[in-house]
Amino acid sequence: MVKFTGTDLVCYRGERTVFQGLTFGLGGGEAVMLRGANGSGKSSLLRLMAGLGRPLSGVIGWQGQSIADDPEAHNARLHYIGHHDPVKPVLTVAENLGFWAALRSPKEDTNAVMAALERLGIGHLAGVPGRFLSAGQKRRVNLARVLASSADLWLLDEPQTALDKAAEHSFFDAIAEHRSNGGMVVMSSHADKNLADAMEIDLGKFQQEARSGGAATGTKQEVQA
Amino acid sequence: MFHRFANPTRFLKLADVIQPWIAGATLVLLGAGLYFGLFASPPDYQQGETVRLMYIHVPSAWMAMFCYSALAGSCAVALIWKHPLADLAARATAPIGAAFTFLALVTGSLWGKPMWGTWWVWDARLTSMLVLLFLYLGYIALNNAFDDPQRGSKSSAILALVGFVNVPIIKFSVDWWNTLHQPASVVKMGGPSIHADILLPLLLMAAAFTTYYLWVLLIRIRTEVALGKIRARQMQKAQTGYKG
Amino acid sequence: MTGFMLILRRDLHLAMRQGMDSLMVVMFFVIAVVLFPFGVGPESNILARIAPGVIWVAALLAAMLSLERLFQTDYEDGSLELLALQPIALEITVMAKVVAHWLTTGLPLIVAAPLLAVLMNLPDEGFVILIVALVLGTPTLSLIGAIGAALILGSRRGGILLSLLVLPLYIPVLIFGVSAVDAVISGFEAKAQLLILGGIFFAALPLCPWVGAAALRQALD
Repeated sequence: MVKFTGTDLVCYRGERTVFQGLTFGLGGGEAVMLRGANGSGKSSLLRLMAGLGRPLSGVIGWQGQSIADDPEAHNARLHYIGHHDPVKPVLTVAENLGFWAALRSPKEDTNAVMAALERLGIGHLAGVPGRFLSAGQKRRVNLARVLASSADLWLLDEPQTALDKAAEHSFFDAIAEHRSNGGMVVMSSHADKNLADAMEIDLGKFQQEARSGGAATGTKQEVQA
Repeated sequence: MFHRFANPTRFLKLADVIQPWIAGATLVLLGAGLYFGLFASPPDYQQGETVRLMYIHVPSAWMAMFCYSALAGSCAVALIWKHPLADLAARATAPIGAAFTFLALVTGSLWGKPMWGTWWVWDARLTSMLVLLFLYLGYIALNNAFDDPQRGSKSSAILALVGFVNVPIIKFSVDWWNTLHQPASVVKMGGPSIHADILLPLLLMAAAFTTYYLWVLLIRIRTEVALGKIRARQMQKAQTGYKG
Repeated sequence: MTGFMLILRRDLHLAMRQGMDSLMVVMFFVIAVVLFPFGVGPESNILARIAPGVIWVAALLAAMLSLERLFQTDYEDGSLELLALQPIALEITVMAKVVAHWLTTGLPLIVAAPLLAVLMNLPDEGFVILIVALVLGTPTLSLIGAIGAALILGSRRGGILLSLLVLPLYIPVLIFGVSAVDAVISGFEAKAQLLILGGIFFAALPLCPWVGAAALRQALD
């Protein structure tokens, strides 16, 4: 059953139409890989899906209801990995993750955080303050945040950045498990490595249309002006 | 949904038709206002010829308030209905309003010298005008502080509305502060005793300033539209550059 | 624990670990006030006359200086967008951060104020009312400041811009805060001033987090 949908999305940012006419639908256990060159709007699409931005037109819906109607309910069912790894330098790794986990489910015990850290091979870092972590370790902490509390929808913007092969492997394992439990994943990536039987959205296509569309209106405007 | 492109075009057409009329009206009103203000009205029995400064000072102060209201109104429309022209109108209004505020302050100060013997008096109205000028400057600074002009107009629109809500509070507190610190014995500018001889040039000048505002507003919006087109061009270049 | 308490506890925790931040604000407050005797001379009657105003203006500036960091660090390291993606209304998040800001800057300023009042020769009867006025006024400064701090996110020259946006909006609090102290020193009641300060606070309490959240949303868009 299709749960998470986008209908005829137009994304307008920084005074340009990034993509237009984009439609997608995701059911339980399904995954989408976002492809496209720099500036084609992969991150923008993920942010729209998270509700951080609003599309210029079109609707993003969850079970037929627009996510804009109840943003907090949408927040409760998603995990988002962006370009930054929000790890506070003065808090330990366990404190960092404990905060985010507690925000989602007040009764969550610390075991979930520890299990997530162990799973990504950084259990020994739990008591280490964030300022001592390398970029790769921070990324793993951020990914462990996703594993530490449950959410139906994972929105991952280039999650493999700064990861080594072993960590990438364990994270992909976790994604597979998430999907087998009925979870959904939308992920952008430059790497060739693909998720097993994932759909693919090539944003380049929607951008192409958008660009010629934009140019056409541009000329029309010039003629009239 | 592509009103971002469509609307300015329609607006530009309309502006082409209106602009000469507004320009004409401004010149006629200004001429008449200046004639009545400078020549056809009597000097004040107390203040003498300096009273004529009032024909600039009072309409400027009115326009300062009017423009801030127009600014807040445009910002509300821009935030609620996301109308692109409202963004441009707000952006175009702010410097005009700031200029009127500044003019009101300067004429107030010039008028103060012969009246009070000093260039600046912390009179309640002048002080409120000064704070209003700061509000305008804050808006303009915030509007220009972002690389993405859209971020700038959204941020500053929120600021303009916050400022608008605060204007009465600031006005009230400044009046309070003023009555505490100064006996209200000074001659109030444009006080209650407005004579018909004074009223006519005053209203003419106010009308002239209003049409002048609309005139400059049109010119500035057209400039903003043109700048937008230039940015769109550059953006297109950057994009095609990506693909090589 | 509610989301509000969690965020408040986290921000206090961060402020505590980073330690110096609150202390720096208080030090700025003290130094700024101490400059005035050098500027206007040490005659005690002149200092006593300007003491309420000087203390209030310095408190205003100190509160403002610390505002820039209210959202900035969270914005830069991605925490802010994550906070916006939690199942908590963004208004509550803003409120929690404002309370944390007041506890780490407003409160220390109030504690330091009597000391500065001594240095400025404030008449004895002014001490209590100075504290009361600061208690009523400084939360409003944090509330209004949160809007400014949210608006400047991602801008060039954030800090100096913040002062331009926020200081004009602080004028009413300044006027009634100083006027309350002045009134009591000259033997009048300050009830009206305190009521107005309280009124401004209760108006700002629901409005500022709401506007601040709107400003954060457009900053994250």
